[in-house]
Amino acid sequence: MITLAVPRGPSLAALARRRLVRNRPALAALVMLIAVGLACLLGPLLTGHAPSRIYPDLVRVKPSLSAHPKPDAVRPAIDRLAFRMRLTVEEYSVSDHTVRLTLTSPKPINERSLSYLPRSDLFGPARVLERAEYGRRLVVEAPIQRLYFLLGTDVVGRDLLTRCLVAGRISLLIGLTATLVALLVGVAYGAVSGMLGGGGDALMMRIVDILYALPFVFFVIVLLVFFRAGLWLVLVAVAAVEWLDMARIVRTQTLALKSRDFVRAAHALGLTTPAILARHIVPNMLGPIVVAATLLVPRVILLESFLSFLGLGVQEPATSWGVLIAEGSRSLESAPWMLGAPAGFLVVSLIALNVLGDGLADALDPRLSEPS
Amino acid sequence: MIGYALRRLLQAIPTLFVVVTLSFFLMRLAPGGPFDLERPLPAAAMENLKRIYGLDQPLIVQYGRYLLSLAQGDLGPSFSFRDLTVNDLFARGLPVSATLGALALVVALALGLALGTMAAFRRGRLSDRLIGLGASLGLAVPTFVTAPLFQIVFGLSLGWLPVGGWEGGSPRNLVLPVLTLALPQVAAVARLTRSALNEVLAQPHIRTLRAMGLPPYRVALQALRGALLPVISTLGPVAAALLTGSVVVETIFGLPGIGRYFVDGALNRDYTLVMGTVVLVAVMVVIFNLIADLLAAVVDPRLRLGA
Repeated sequence: MITLAVPRGPSLAALARRRLVRNRPALAALVMLIAVGLACLLGPLLTGHAPSRIYPDLVRVKPSLSAHPKPDAVRPAIDRLAFRMRLTVEEYSVSDHTVRLTLTSPKPINERSLSYLPRSDLFGPARVLERAEYGRRLVVEAPIQRLYFLLGTDVVGRDLLTRCLVAGRISLLIGLTATLVALLVGVAYGAVSGMLGGGGDALMMRIVDILYALPFVFFVIVLLVFFRAGLWLVLVAVAAVEWLDMARIVRTQTLALKSRDFVRAAHALGLTTPAILARHIVPNMLGPIVVAATLLVPRVILLESFLSFLGLGVQEPATSWGVLIAEGSRSLESAPWMLGAPAGFLVVSLIALNVLGDGLADALDPRLSEPS
Repeated sequence: MIGYALRRLLQAIPTLFVVVTLSFFLMRLAPGGPFDLERPLPAAAMENLKRIYGLDQPLIVQYGRYLLSLAQGDLGPSFSFRDLTVNDLFARGLPVSATLGALALVVALALGLALGTMAAFRRGRLSDRLIGLGASLGLAVPTFVTAPLFQIVFGLSLGWLPVGGWEGGSPRNLVLPVLTLALPQVAAVARLTRSALNEVLAQPHIRTLRAMGLPPYRVALQALRGALLPVISTLGPVAAALLTGSVVVETIFGLPGIGRYFVDGALNRDYTLVMGTVVLVAVMVVIFNLIADLLAAVVDPRLRLGA
């Protein structure tokens, strides 16, 4: 038995990885995407706010790094609460994140009314330190809450950062899932069409041509309006629009690969057509498929956000970047950060995906020789 | 060439037929009707309305009637805009949308070609990178973000331009919507031009021209001719989309174009209006793809053989 020592060259994947690492913008884009993805996945658990938690006293808070309530907002808030509790604030002092109040009333004070304090989001539960004048005078201490709204709050007082991150989950999920569906349908259709050749291929591509001419976005809108929009319907609709390009790319590649010697050899060895497709054709065009898929994700996300902006896509209580942008553009004058925050997330993700796609296209291009 | 154009238009008829048929039946499958109000109409009134609009007939008869009137260029009466036909609505709105779209197209081509050429001739330098960055930004920022941003910056803060309205198409009212529409297309054209030019500039005939000592602008003109092809071939669908109006831009800037008709029509179950919009867009796509192909044949003589 003779064994031949065949020198193994680096695989295409290894080469591509090396080239990608050297492409600094693409690498930065990849890191950025992972960061955004992780933030959306884990971030909502860390911000300390539930996405639907409403802080009625903290509406349209500007983005800032400092805690809320701000020191100068404590006194007006106390006055407002005292008015509601029908008490008079006789003394007032703030120290070390607690507020100490001396409250008076002509009648004995019902201490249950102190629950107004924690209910206002701004203060913690109050503790009574002293009772005097038969309960007509109370000294009370309550901790001041320390709430952080890094990106501010929206018009009803929800934390915008948490909402952006939760929305990002939906936007990214739709982007990935719809791309996956488009990918599967497009690859299968294109590969079969290319493999069939002749009349079958001509017919299948004629169908694609007709579908191309349809105003597809319009059909998606009709579907969404008439059959009640749901997240999964949006997904399917978006995928239905986007698989055509993939089918064309895959078909061209299949046609080129089909006549190559190794495929003919596989045929001669008696492999069935599906086996050849799965073993030889599809793996050999992973490069272009990966590139097309990467560039498809931003288009899907953009389409979804467009539909959601029109109010046809993701519906309350679920939210996506498109929904948040729509909300933000409606209150742009009073709270510009409501547009800026979700738009920032969307734009950064889209740019990163595009840059990564271009980088992958370069890295996976076998024509480019390895610069040593 | 005229024969080729006619043949292409004839080939488009089956496609248009599929579009019309699909959208007609898709819409009728959907629950709800155009006269469903919050307070239901009396049965007799409903009967009358349906009879007037021909909705009492079997679906297949309605379909046949629609095709017949469509063949005569009649898009039928609108269900939601009473006393107006879809043709009337388009006659009013299309000039607005088409003006905006045509201007946006011109801006996109002029700016995009200029920026793309500049980037290609300064490959790898700072200006190339800046243009590349700007282009990826322009492609990534959706119009529903740029439009309100422009309104705030140029309309409210600086007070240079009105935030919206049509005012008979006065130039001041056109600037912001046209810019919003053009921006992503500028970016797309610039990117395409740059990559196509880079390929052309590496070819021997350009090297020859340079060696012969032609001034750079003449070289650029010569190279652009070769680089125009990919730009032209993407222009068909883009032009059709721009000229048939944009829901987002027309809504945000409050313009009376036809961009809103489709979504409004779908929400109101205005069957004829939705159908009309679909037909209009499909026809525009066919026409502009044809124009793009003819232009491509003008630029590249090799394509004329196929025609």
